Amino acid sequence: MEVLRRPILAIGARAAGVFELVGGVGYLLADTLATLRKGLFSRRGRRMGWKNLWAQMVRVGVRSIPIVMLVLFCIGAILALQMSPILKRYGAINQVAAIISVSMFRELGPLVSAIVLTGFAGASIAAEIGTMVVSEEVEAMVAQAINPIRFLVLPRVIATTLMMVCVAVVGDLTGVAGGLVISHSVLGINTTQYLRLTFESPQVRDFATGLIKAGVFGTLISALACYLGLGVTGGAQGVGVATTRTVVLTIVALLIVDLLFTTAFYYFGW
Amino acid sequence: MPAAAIQVQSVSKAFSGRTVLDAIRLDVLEGETLVILGGSGSGKSTLLRLMIGNERVDSGDIFITHAGKNLCAMTKPDLEEYRKSLGVLFQGGALFNSMTVFENVALPLREHTDLPEDTIEIIVKIKLELVGLREHADKMPAQLSGGMKKRAGLARAIALDPKILFYDEPSAGLDPVTSAEIDQLIIDLNHKMGVTSVVVTHEMDSAFRIADRMVLLDRGKFIISGKPAELRDSTDPLVRQFVHGLTEGPLTDRRRSGGYEVDLLGTGE
Repeated sequence: MEVLRRPILAIGARAAGVFELVGGVGYLLADTLATLRKGLFSRRGRRMGWKNLWAQMVRVGVRSIPIVMLVLFCIGAILALQMSPILKRYGAINQVAAIISVSMFRELGPLVSAIVLTGFAGASIAAEIGTMVVSEEVEAMVAQAINPIRFLVLPRVIATTLMMVCVAVVGDLTGVAGGLVISHSVLGINTTQYLRLTFESPQVRDFATGLIKAGVFGTLISALACYLGLGVTGGAQGVGVATTRTVVLTIVALLIVDLLFTTAFYYFGW
Repeated sequence: MPAAAIQVQSVSKAFSGRTVLDAIRLDVLEGETLVILGGSGSGKSTLLRLMIGNERVDSGDIFITHAGKNLCAMTKPDLEEYRKSLGVLFQGGALFNSMTVFENVALPLREHTDLPEDTIEIIVKIKLELVGLREHADKMPAQLSGGMKKRAGLARAIALDPKILFYDEPSAGLDPVTSAEIDQLIIDLNHKMGVTSVVVTHEMDSAFRIADRMVLLDRGKFIISGKPAELRDSTDPLVRQFVHGLTEGPLTDRRRSGGYEVDLLGTGE
């Protein structure tokens, strides 16, 4: 039994760490929601400020759009090429459009956009807030009775959530475009037919469920980044550690949440 | 003797089992500049953080006269109100790097008052003029020198006309001239605004320039408290060593008795 003691303790410590992280992010999100009304609507000073929100949206979303487009265009094109031999064998080459739209709208559009955004927004939010902790800016905020949750976390969570949905829409459409280009030029599928199959009615629901996921992903990315950023200790090195941890943990968390959502959607028949 | 602005009563604080402050008693008097001296790790910064409510005491009370309340028993809204009546200058100035100097100083006014924007602009200019930074209002903190950052931090700290000003190592990392300028600023603000000031430092020159009264903290306990002259003339070996910066004395003896031989040669087990 003594042999097993160490690994069991290690697993226990790991599990405690996971619970602490999940609980911490949960509390942070609850606090953020509590400041939402004040942050959005109260009198001039106490608001988080539309300028602030706008700046965050630009930094989170706009800059990541070119990369999201590039990545998803390639994925769309690759998918079309990969599945064409099998579809040809069954004489269903036209179904390329349907398969790409389902996979893009439901899964790849939101997920790949979220992973790109983790690198763009998540890492920079964690590094920025971490640096503010190290340089005593956050402590100075508290000392001036300015709530860092309302001032720092709220605008970032709102901006990332909104922009994640927008970026996912762009990503979805770019992925479809990637498939379209290959279908047209290599597989010889009629463009009108491709587009008709892409935007047929069942796909609208796919599109919507994909965007719900995208919104949740956005909240997750920003909440984790803010949580790990606010928890920085030990100077510049701590900021580096927090940034790396943010990227790694967010990608893992994204996939776990994605799995949960997909399972739920599956059972609800959405 | 003036009344006490803050009464710290048998306050203790430990971090992960290590006692940092041990049953501290301290009165900060109305309108005075009190300097809290101590070496690194003596607990002086912790004491400051307890007095501004950024840390919670383990035991003891801190009575705030102008709030009429015990800081340790304050509710969240009370604490917010108390914090609005304080100014704190952090070590590096702690300016918000994404905002200009002007916006930094304007922030507390925009956050906590309903003043119209043109009034805020006037107040900010007055505060910046007080610290001699009016021409630099539109600069970003990254464009400022260390001394200017501290002055800007000071302008932000006095934006809401605080009743008590706290300074954490105001002269750390500054050249002697800039350091003297900051000291002069602390003295001027104390006289012009009649605020109570609490300064945490280990720079003796600066301490003697600004202090009305001094206390020396060592290993979480007060060794001595009194007028600057009393500290200078003290015969207590520890006080003498600290105040005069001597290389021989109880502080260095303590470091030497840290078991160097044992560390080098082992315990012989």
